[in-house]
Amino acid sequence: MAILELQHLKKYYATHKAVDDISFSIPEGSIFGLLGPNGAGKTTLLRMITGIIYPDSGDILFEGKKFNPLDDIAKIGYMPEERGLYKKMKIGEQALYLAQLKGMSRRDAMKKIKEWFLKFEMESWWNKKVSDLSKGMGQKLQFVTTVLHDPKLLILDEPFSGLDPVNSNLIKDEIFKLAQKGTTIIFSTHRMEQVEEICNNIVLVNNGKKILDGTVKQIKDDFKEHIFKIGFDQLPESFSSSAFDIVDSKENSFNVKIKDGNKPANVLQEMLNHKAEIISFNEVLPSLNDIFIRVASRKN
Amino acid sequence: MNKIWLVIKREYLTRVRNRTFILSTILLPLFFIGFIFASAYFSISSQEKQKIAVDDSNGIFKNSFQSTDLITYEYPSDVNADNFKEKGYSAFLKIPQNYNAGGDSISLISTKQLGMDAEEKIKDQIDDAIRNQAFLKNNIDKKILDSINKINEENSYQFRTVVKQGNKTSESNSGLSYGIGYGSGILIYMTLFIYGAAVMRGVMEEKMNRIAEVIISSVRPFQLMIGKILGIAAVGITQLLIWIVLIIALSSVTTSIFTANALHHAQAMNTTIGAAGNSSAAMNFLNAKSTFLSANWALIIPCFLFYFLAGYLFYASLFAAVGSVVNEDPQEAQSLMLPITMPIILSFVIMTTAVGKPDAPISVWASIIPFSSPIVMMARIPSGNVPAWQIIVSMLSLVAGFMVTTMLAAKIYRTGILLYGKKVTFREMGKWLFRKA
Repeated sequence: MAILELQHLKKYYATHKAVDDISFSIPEGSIFGLLGPNGAGKTTLLRMITGIIYPDSGDILFEGKKFNPLDDIAKIGYMPEERGLYKKMKIGEQALYLAQLKGMSRRDAMKKIKEWFLKFEMESWWNKKVSDLSKGMGQKLQFVTTVLHDPKLLILDEPFSGLDPVNSNLIKDEIFKLAQKGTTIIFSTHRMEQVEEICNNIVLVNNGKKILDGTVKQIKDDFKEHIFKIGFDQLPESFSSSAFDIVDSKENSFNVKIKDGNKPANVLQEMLNHKAEIISFNEVLPSLNDIFIRVASRKN
Repeated sequence: MNKIWLVIKREYLTRVRNRTFILSTILLPLFFIGFIFASAYFSISSQEKQKIAVDDSNGIFKNSFQSTDLITYEYPSDVNADNFKEKGYSAFLKIPQNYNAGGDSISLISTKQLGMDAEEKIKDQIDDAIRNQAFLKNNIDKKILDSINKINEENSYQFRTVVKQGNKTSESNSGLSYGIGYGSGILIYMTLFIYGAAVMRGVMEEKMNRIAEVIISSVRPFQLMIGKILGIAAVGITQLLIWIVLIIALSSVTTSIFTANALHHAQAMNTTIGAAGNSSAAMNFLNAKSTFLSANWALIIPCFLFYFLAGYLFYASLFAAVGSVVNEDPQEAQSLMLPITMPIILSFVIMTTAVGKPDAPISVWASIIPFSSPIVMMARIPSGNVPAWQIIVSMLSLVAGFMVTTMLAAKIYRTGILLYGKKVTFREMGKWLFRKA
């Protein structure tokens, strides 16, 4: 079932079409990647999903019903790309305030805050002010305040920007844990290599339009070019074959493209006939980055 | 509603707990009271005694100058401008032969300033002497002159003004209503700026810190804006109430000490000769106190609170709208604030007229139109002759006014708060007013 469904969303500003007729749906419990370069319309989309702004036209269905920002935002956690906290407010009070704004009772909020502060080793921060924190610490706090109210839908806009590898992994682990518990996660980023390993489903947007969506595996399958990388102990002399073309050759490897009607086994067969000493044989799948560049240039 | 309440609570608590707030709230009334009483006290009790040597070559002033216990006049022959200090005089008054008709000037020579009060008194003596001299020269009998001079004494009669409307009469005091009107006008003028600017800075802070986007993914922009405005209003009312309580408490304590002191002083003086000046100072003080209490406070205080609050609400949302469109550049805020500050300053200018002429057409109109009514109406109300219908119309239109400004400001606010790095023109803001969310 889809937790969120966008139908023909449009949001036009005076000078440009920020979101131009975008539809997709997000399966419940998935980790969903919203990908696209800067200025593609990701933030505008997220702001509509979080009820911050309203679409000019189109519908948003949340849990199968028309999205009602007043009630439904309590079930959503949103961490914007530009992190924001009150600099002069004490950290504990701030977390409590943000949790209560999401509709939590004071007591529940306190309990949750203590849990998360303990988990992230932030217990001693309670009376500190945000202005006393380092950037990484601020990021952790921001993440905690976003998930305190156990949102069903967690929206993270560039969650790893500015984080060191240790904290990056800490937050990545928490994202996986939340996903296991059934939280749906929308992950918005322009750094596509970051999401290949994390996301099940993605949608690619560019210039306010959707250019691609589906599961990562499906998309990679669709865009694969039947290229294999063959590693050798010693590089054989180049030769031509009826089964493949060599598209690239490196110090110890060839990249070959299999000709229509042939199978990987035919390639190996020919190699062996030439007495080549093969030590590895892998399919080269395109990265999401490559796919994006290909699709974007095709559309233009 | 619950969320607005949370926002109000945060805005209120973070401000009220702030050290600057606590200091300014407590120190200002102390300073205010201290200032008033210090100046009153010094003007009465700490006057120095002066002994003045008069060199009167004409001999016409000899019998006219009246010594009081503060200023005594003597006419020694061996004292001049160089040695008066050694002879024990605080000043030397030289009256030359040709003092009148544009001749030589009368000079008062002293080693240090005698003070305005003493100088005035000496000048009064000279004026009186010259006038008496002129009367006598024109053959007016000395007895008649003395009796005329007696009439001129202070306190020979009392003057009161009464306002009569239908069969209702009330004692009025133009000076007092002028003072109260002016004071409340200035106070509202200042609070509009102080708390309005606080709203604007609060909005700017939320926008700069980028917390705005986090918050409005939990509450509607309108809830955030109105919560901030009401929270700061509560801060303003708290501050005002603390001031009122502190000023009343401090002034009643100080007054009782001061009055007892002054009366004591006056009684002591009465046993000596010529204490009229001082005892009347104490009496004046007591009179002022009863005059002060004669004002229609039962009308003035509720009206003041209403105009204070409603005027703030009228302008606060506009300040919030400006705060929401400003980027890092404070100068931008200055120019965007102009359409808000202009009507406030204009109201202040009208107010200065309205305290003197509460029934002039401009005063009446300005006290009804919402832009200026908070400041101007408070200048008129103490005069006691503002018809009830004008107050009611003024209040209703102010309430309607702040609803309209809040609605319009909210439209600018919700767009501005999310817009970064772009300079917004008034034209664009105009467009936002007519756009759906």
